[in-house]
Amino acid sequence: MVKSVLDYLENAASLYGERCAYRDARQAFTFGQVRSMARRAGTSIAGLKAWNRPVAVFMEKSASMIIGFLGAVYGGCCYCPLDISMPKDRLSVILKTLDPAAVIYGRGQEEQIRNMDLSCPVFMFEELCLKEEDPGILEEIRGRRTALDPLYILFTSGSTGIPKGVVVSHQVMINNMEWLEEEYGFCPEDVMGNQAPLYFDVSDHDVYCPLKFGCSTIIIPPELFTFPARLMAFLNEERVTGIFWVPFALCTAANLRALEAETPKYLKYIFFAGEVMPLKQLNYWRRFVPDACYCNMYGPTETYVCTYYNVDREFGDDETLPIGRPCGNVDILVLDEKGRQILPGDKGEGELCVKGCTLALGYYNDPERTRAWFVQNPRNPHYPERIYRTGDMVSYNERGELMYHDRMDLQIKRLGYRIELGEIEAASGAVHGIRECACVYDPSRQMILFFYTGQKLEKRELSAGLSAKLPKYMMPNRYVYLEEMPRNQNGKIDRKRLKEQYV
Amino acid sequence: MEELMEILEDINPEVDYETSQNLVDDGVLTSFELVLLVTQISDAFGVSIPPAWIVPENFNSAAAIMAMITRLEEGE
Repeated sequence: MVKSVLDYLENAASLYGERCAYRDARQAFTFGQVRSMARRAGTSIAGLKAWNRPVAVFMEKSASMIIGFLGAVYGGCCYCPLDISMPKDRLSVILKTLDPAAVIYGRGQEEQIRNMDLSCPVFMFEELCLKEEDPGILEEIRGRRTALDPLYILFTSGSTGIPKGVVVSHQVMINNMEWLEEEYGFCPEDVMGNQAPLYFDVSDHDVYCPLKFGCSTIIIPPELFTFPARLMAFLNEERVTGIFWVPFALCTAANLRALEAETPKYLKYIFFAGEVMPLKQLNYWRRFVPDACYCNMYGPTETYVCTYYNVDREFGDDETLPIGRPCGNVDILVLDEKGRQILPGDKGEGELCVKGCTLALGYYNDPERTRAWFVQNPRNPHYPERIYRTGDMVSYNERGELMYHDRMDLQIKRLGYRIELGEIEAASGAVHGIRECACVYDPSRQMILFFYTGQKLEKRELSAGLSAKLPKYMMPNRYVYLEEMPRNQNGKIDRKRLKEQYV
Repeated sequence: MEELMEILEDINPEVDYETSQNLVDDGVLTSFELVLLVTQISDAFGVSIPPAWIVPENFNSAAAIMAMITRLEEGE
């Protein structure tokens, strides 16, 4: 029986040992090599005896980084991929919550690691893979595994300024792979073209499909998404058959009319998730690649992909794509503000709540926020049953498909990244002279507007202060000084009015 | 040029666009900032940049970007 993702890898290595599993612009690894390197790395990690604790993986995006993940898992740990371009301050906040058992870093990250002030052991990836493997220890760990052990921890923006570490179990990934097999049946000849960063759950598809299906994944050089003239030629040269990208990447290619120069010839599967996919750009893709299977996947990291919609009909440019229906082993509840269930056929919007096998285990070292969002199913008083409240407002259309509307809170999606505006506001505490601030998002221009009161400051001062705390994708674009914040009847900052006035 | 400067300032106010000559090659602008830039230029100037023009050379400095926009506006 399959208890962990390593069972997939062991199986793939015995069936397809000589075939390529992962490659990037510099290196390629066969299943046999992936297995052997991950087992060597895992042997050193196992020596820490840090059962189910996290190992942070701090490497440049590469095929090697994936082997680093699997090494941590062989060693009895879970992994936490970290974005190497993240500001030092945010990184240290994350490391404080994570308290890793070890850090695996790449050859290019030595200096950053030295400046990190870590109290745990650190291993250079390239050296870890040279150690002898100890099959006894590795088998003992694999035997002890259950599918409910943590596989990885991903950090996502937190509204209080402290990012949340979502703990995802092996079961979630196993369930997803089994579901993909039933729904799409990938084969060893498939080639997945990776776009999403490896610290983002959309990339799990590219990481785990090879292990399950014996197919291969190529990490597309990121600069091709900025200058996409060569992107389609690349997909053809590498015979990419499946992509799972954030809508932003598909939209860029459409907006820059990248498919006119060269049309992808081998693409069979075009999946997207992470934010709303606009139909104008989707229709553009469908004109050039009409026979591919298009799927809108939905799900925050806390539920992984939990609903999906295979595009099965024509849509106008101004319509909205459904998020469809639940994946296998997932059930959903739509609850209105009084906790009443909205069913297919009913009118009205409610919060999308998710239950089933794709639920994350919770937030790492954060029982309070875990309790707030992973709650007892209010419809079931009989036995413990967890649901996750997504904070997404949805309804059913006349076909019984789920439709996404908007957020209940201040979370936004920008370029595929999930951002809590509250985290930006909290980071402003570091800027001297600000009395009060509020952020508003302008989705049409993908710009974050930052309003503040107190001392009038230079734009550069403000942005320098914030960029020490925030990753690039969270940085505001415009800073607006106000004498006073507009307030609503409850005395709270009136964001609606700010939006009406400035967006 | 003023309009372009305003767009650039919005995208990343920390960069000195008057003097920078290697916005792309030195990685001053991140890839997503560049993509935003392309979209916003298209919107603001009402031009559509052909994919073949979206190459680092056309984006390395404010002057290079402006020259590209001018060529597009002249319908080259």
